[in-house]
Amino acid sequence: MLGDYTPDQLLSIFAMQGFAGLILFSVFVLMALGLAIIFGQMGVINMAHGEFMILGAYTTFLTSKLFALYLPALFPIYFFVAMILAFIAAGALGMLVEWALIRHLYRRPLDTLLATWGLSLILQQTYRSVFGAREVGVELPQWTMGAVSLTDTIEVPINGIFVMVLTLLITAAVGLLMYRSGWGRKVRAVVQNRTMAGAVGIDTEKVDRMTFGIGCGIAGVAGSAFTMIGSTGPTSGQLYIVDTFLVVVFGGAQSLLGTIASAFTISQTRSTLEFFTSGSMAQVVTLLGVVIILMLRPQGLFALKVRR
Amino acid sequence: MPSAPAPATGPAASPAARDESTLFDTKEWLAFALVAAVILVVFPLCLDAFRLNLVGKYLTYAYVALGLVLCWGFGGILSLGQGVFFGLGGYCIAMFLKLEASSAANTKIQSTPGIPDFMDWNQITALPWMWQPFHSLPFALLAVVLVPVLVAFVIGAAMFKRRVGGVYFAIITQAVAAIATILIVGQQGYTGGINGITDLRTLHGWDIRQDGAKEMLYFVNAGLLIGCILLAQFVKRSKFGRILVAMRGKEDRVRFSGYNVANFKIFVFCLAAAFAAVGGAMFTLQVGFMSPSFVGIVPSIEMVIYAAVGGRTSIFGAIWGTLLVNYAKTSLSESFPQLWLFGLGALYIGVVMLFPDGLAGLWNSHAQPTLDRLLGRRPTPAVQGPASGATQPATLPPQTAAE
Amino acid sequence: MTGSNTDFLLAVEALTVSFDGFKAVDDLSFYVDEREIRVIIGPNGAGKTTVLDLICGKTRATSGSIKFRNRELTKLRENEIVQAGVGRKFQTPSIYDDLTVFENLEISYPRGRTVFGALTFRRDAAVRERVEEIAETIFLADQLERRAEFLSHGQKQWLEIGMLLIQDPDLLMLDEPVAGMSVSERVKTAELLHRIIRDRSVIVIEHDMKFVEDIARKVTVLHQGRILAEGPMSDVKANPKVVEVYLGH
Repeated sequence: MLGDYTPDQLLSIFAMQGFAGLILFSVFVLMALGLAIIFGQMGVINMAHGEFMILGAYTTFLTSKLFALYLPALFPIYFFVAMILAFIAAGALGMLVEWALIRHLYRRPLDTLLATWGLSLILQQTYRSVFGAREVGVELPQWTMGAVSLTDTIEVPINGIFVMVLTLLITAAVGLLMYRSGWGRKVRAVVQNRTMAGAVGIDTEKVDRMTFGIGCGIAGVAGSAFTMIGSTGPTSGQLYIVDTFLVVVFGGAQSLLGTIASAFTISQTRSTLEFFTSGSMAQVVTLLGVVIILMLRPQGLFALKVRR
Repeated sequence: MPSAPAPATGPAASPAARDESTLFDTKEWLAFALVAAVILVVFPLCLDAFRLNLVGKYLTYAYVALGLVLCWGFGGILSLGQGVFFGLGGYCIAMFLKLEASSAANTKIQSTPGIPDFMDWNQITALPWMWQPFHSLPFALLAVVLVPVLVAFVIGAAMFKRRVGGVYFAIITQAVAAIATILIVGQQGYTGGINGITDLRTLHGWDIRQDGAKEMLYFVNAGLLIGCILLAQFVKRSKFGRILVAMRGKEDRVRFSGYNVANFKIFVFCLAAAFAAVGGAMFTLQVGFMSPSFVGIVPSIEMVIYAAVGGRTSIFGAIWGTLLVNYAKTSLSESFPQLWLFGLGALYIGVVMLFPDGLAGLWNSHAQPTLDRLLGRRPTPAVQGPASGATQPATLPPQTAAE
Repeated sequence: MTGSNTDFLLAVEALTVSFDGFKAVDDLSFYVDEREIRVIIGPNGAGKTTVLDLICGKTRATSGSIKFRNRELTKLRENEIVQAGVGRKFQTPSIYDDLTVFENLEISYPRGRTVFGALTFRRDAAVRERVEEIAETIFLADQLERRAEFLSHGQKQWLEIGMLLIQDPDLLMLDEPVAGMSVSERVKTAELLHRIIRDRSVIVIEHDMKFVEDIARKVTVLHQGRILAEGPMSDVKANPKVVEVYLGH
């Protein structure tokens, strides 16, 4: 199939698909970061993670409507406000869910999985009742439209670049939070030895709630970014949940760097394959590849060797 | 047989009370008789042809729930991909039926007569090689069980030999369900795509769409289900069943008791897959089609709730749970579709947080003592706690006990 | 991974395991005779439990060899090592909480260990007699129908010892068998251990020095994954290096 194209064309194809893959990569990374914190640090499988993302997307949608109605002058910058609101909304809901549900199930990971699945169904139906079953699109500010031309055949859309820059900033912030802040140290202490952490005066319950809240909040921001490249429906989040879980597991659940590397690998593979086969086959081949690699190397790409 | 606490006088008195040579103890006999009577006698007598067919459809999901009881309830292996096996079983028989319905005479208006209609629509001009053997009924029937078991074996061997378990296994099986759906939908020329394989008519010339045939198929289905219940009960009562329970709590210890844990897990996963596949085949026969909507993530995880509602460690509970949830789904989703999703969501949360032992647990903690009191019997220790065997439905899952 | 063939029951040679560069066991060699009772002592973190983990296959060696009756164990799976005749008692009681005492012992009975064997296993007179005999030995004869979860800590330790006994291993490895027991339980356990160590080789990790002196002829002292001293208890106690490790820092 490669033979039908000239080297120049192939270069352009790979470059364009590469950029398309980078946008998918951004959504994966943002989704997976939240999940990696919740799953990797707390061992909780949150099946409703996609719905937290969609909450962020709907928050962005509502904010854009509000700005258009009441503050049209500030419309170009509404997106930044929307992201903060998305983080707060998803994070607050996350903390509520942790308090009501998750904290009772910490020793039962499989049960948590089922309970959060139930939560995801309820959230989906809530979205459907409130926002309707049809997908909604967010009106983007003018400056995010258009594309930058690198060469005659290679164009990069501005919203894509914006989402990528955003992703990098958030990733860096999360990295700093987890590995450089006092709070991150507390989280890691609780992960490694809950009893001991409690004994040295860390409020483990509070740490759990904050961790879960921040993980969900990041999902909300992911939803905000998601609105730039796709439209939002009640079940949009579910489409991403399996891919995101694979990203996290593939990267080795406890490694943020691994999460990023694996998101990059998966999104680029899929995007490149997409050009040559149909979209669904690209997804099948990528997922299958990841599953097979995980069967051969269950600990993921980046995993520490420790005495269990 | 309710196990009485061993008298302190000496161990000699207890072995008689621990007879495990029979398939059922008294209580299980009653539970089994009740299930058999309801599905073989009560339903056929009380329900009209349409409703009986509907119940028959529900019962095909009970096979999946039954497999999950063994796999998840006893063994602690949660598969979120049981829909794949249900679907594979269903597709295998659907392929045979479709070929029979696509005789050259029936399909002479097509540009390529003699192949299934959806292939013709997708510009396929010859029957693909993987469809060829499905002209033979014996092959199709064998494939119903063997194809899903083979898939389960490959997944199970790859995962369990490398000691992947728990949530990782759940996620991987879920990914497999996602892959299977995307593949079926994407390859519509070979699979019928999103609509599935429809318009099935006859089985060896016998029209399966008539009321008489449907009634017959209901009984075949009920009979096979009872067969699977007996098989599941046999596994549960054997030492294999106790090893499953042991594995659920202390997998490492089972290794150090000299067992190859992976083989036990592979076997129970394959058995659950076989059950699901038989259910899927019976679904196709009774309902007349098979489609990817029974394969993916959502239906697969929905099948888990059937077993959970019945009580994850209760074989008979699985049947009742399946019937109850599906009855609620049909009645609610017809009249209040929004309410149904809220209800289903709440069911997942409720069954995990409030009733981890489902209907069987409620029965053992509430109905059974009342019944015993009414009958003037001393409450059996099996319900009270300490003396109950782990294989009793009343047993809490280990995680709950650990809290 | 080669090791010489010997007359010893267990020959551990040049055994090393490292976790991300940290050598928990470092070039360790020791030998256990048939019917020998060997006690391993050493301060916390010396690698005692890791040595047992390595022998029973729970942890994989980075290099070195473990030969049991001249059969290399480092390449075998845990269940194969058990079937070869090595039994292991864990530090915290490791029993099947959801099963009864009878069922716990029955699962450990060395028959029907394959999938098919487990499906067709019959609870015949031989099984019952053996289970009851062991139950008598471990003071649990009147608890057979009880769920293991509801036993006391000491009873759980005994049950696990019973589960090992019913396997009838040639090499029995005990990790702190009297830890966490009440005084009366300790006395009973010591008596139990005295009885069961007669016909087999035993490796015991224990901190209780009185208990150690009571049963050991030869003691191995581990420190930082290496052997610090080895010999009769009296010699080891007098060894200045051992005193240094235990008392001074």
